[in-house]
Amino acid sequence: MTEYSKELLTYFYRTMCRIRLFEETVEKHFLNGEIPGFVHLYIGEEAIATGVCANLTKSDYIESTHRGHGHTIAKGADVNRAMAEIFGRKTGFCKGKGGSMHIADFSVGMLGANGVVGGGFNLAVGAALGIKMQERKDVSVVFFGDGASNRGTFHEGANLAAAWNLPVIFVCENNKWASTTPHGSQTSVENISDRAVGYGMPGVIVDGNDVFEVYEATKKAVERARQGGGPTLIEAKTYRIKGHFVGDPELYRTKEEVKEQFEKNDPIKRFEMKVLEEKWMTEKELAAIKEEEEELIKKSVEFAKNSPFPDASEIYEDLYV
Amino acid sequence: MREITFSQATLEAMSEEMRRDKSIFVMGEDIARQGGIFGQFKGLPQEFGFDRVRDTPISETAIMGAGVGAALAGMRPVVDMHFADFMGVCMDEIFNQMAKIRYMFGGQCRLPVVVRAPDGLTSGGAAQHSQSIESWFMHIPGIKVVIPSNPADAKGLLKAAIRDDNPVIYFENKILYREKGPVPEGEYIVPIGKANVAKEGKDVTIISYSIMMKKAFEAAEILAKDGIDVEVIDLRTIVPYDRETILESVKKTHRLVIVHEAVKQGGVGAEIAAFVAEEAIDYLDAPILRFGAPFTPVPFSPVLENAYRIKIEDIVKGIKEMF
Repeated sequence: MTEYSKELLTYFYRTMCRIRLFEETVEKHFLNGEIPGFVHLYIGEEAIATGVCANLTKSDYIESTHRGHGHTIAKGADVNRAMAEIFGRKTGFCKGKGGSMHIADFSVGMLGANGVVGGGFNLAVGAALGIKMQERKDVSVVFFGDGASNRGTFHEGANLAAAWNLPVIFVCENNKWASTTPHGSQTSVENISDRAVGYGMPGVIVDGNDVFEVYEATKKAVERARQGGGPTLIEAKTYRIKGHFVGDPELYRTKEEVKEQFEKNDPIKRFEMKVLEEKWMTEKELAAIKEEEEELIKKSVEFAKNSPFPDASEIYEDLYV
Repeated sequence: MREITFSQATLEAMSEEMRRDKSIFVMGEDIARQGGIFGQFKGLPQEFGFDRVRDTPISETAIMGAGVGAALAGMRPVVDMHFADFMGVCMDEIFNQMAKIRYMFGGQCRLPVVVRAPDGLTSGGAAQHSQSIESWFMHIPGIKVVIPSNPADAKGLLKAAIRDDNPVIYFENKILYREKGPVPEGEYIVPIGKANVAKEGKDVTIISYSIMMKKAFEAAEILAKDGIDVEVIDLRTIVPYDRETILESVKKTHRLVIVHEAVKQGGVGAEIAAFVAEEAIDYLDAPILRFGAPFTPVPFSPVLENAYRIKIEDIVKGIKEMF
């Protein structure tokens, strides 16, 4: 059995808890009518962003999706400013111009969530081209869903990344639902990773609710990319616990199905069971981390709510340099 | 001053800028091994290598998206679209990504991307290789649009576009590539957003750009014989367009004509006409006149293609009727 440092285990647990608590809090305030727009939650998929980003440094890039809060947090973005952005405040990362679907923190290499499904592929490929031309050792990661893998952007990006041998990691979060349609109904293959073959890159499948598996597979892919070995496609199998968006009536599945998935496959519970069983961490340690994160998220809401909205006069700012 | 072609002028701008700044590179279909289908990249890979002058797959979405992504990583990409018509293939990357990234992320980044787009009628290019689509981009905040009419401006505007920290679309007319004209050597920048009063006059203003500047000059010459003194303005930049120069001219001449090769309906002329109507209608002594293509795709057969073109006689006749 692989030994993990206490530091890494703590990062895993802290990050997954932070994302979960952040998302539950966002959901609550959205339903209270305090958050404008659309919100897509990452609950149940926390192990993927966490396991992937544990392998990255600040100068590595990620391209995210409309379901992007988890990626933002895992890449190390400040939760106060993330929450403030979602609340539409001036202190948010985008000064209230982006919101949930366009959250970004360039200071940690988080190049943006994207309101267009499949919009991030080629941006990530281009960022990797920049990395390569500057002779850096960094990598560029693009998160996407099983639904996005049906877009032409995926296929063009995968081809270019492989043809030019670019340091890109394609991370498919196969959560079984492309908006309202189940995976098998609109996608030609069972495993998205099979598509890697068509582009001459390795494709691997991991249990997306097992942070250790995600971490190990990403580690290999990142090392390969840093050494000039080119792109990898990682398919992380998971399940979307929440609706496509908050407020989704979810007419396409039963509550029982969701409940069963969450009960048997919650990535955070699975982590707790594993580290306790292996005696890598104690209940006390876990509880202390969780408590700290609860406090952090609570404070982020206070920060957001106490922040001013942008002034209407700011509408023309940041359009051009 | 020495004379070179429009195509050579763009090449000179590229070379000078690429020598100055290593983060500048260019990518597109058929540009390196072939030197561009119009020869506008000839010799460039020999000086800068196939890394900085990159052939790409026939994959506009990847090319455009990668240009944007490379800019996010600190490069200054120039992306060649082969034909302006193909911008439709990667429109999401242009208008939802490139145009919006800086604004929707609250100014966190700069996006110094230049998109080169060869446009306009060629003989028999037909519906998907002949279009002038500059007006699409007039409706999208977040990008700048330039459109030179002569070799000197081709150089000066391309250098300005490359140095700009915002996305700039550079429309270059395919027929103009062969056009020769005086071009300053070395450092020569034409500022973005500034129109050129190419010929002063007092009776009527013609606003045009790109290849239609030829027709504007021609009309001015013919009308001069009838004692009509035409002022000709080369817009040079579509976004942001030079409102000041337009108003100044219209207030002087009291008559406005706009000429472009693109479809008249919803064209650049429509915006300028509306702007002048809002700001200076009291100065006008005649209705605003617009010349643009009919509301059809570009047809193939020479007879039909000719019918699609703007005729100098029509411009002359229309202007005479304004008096």
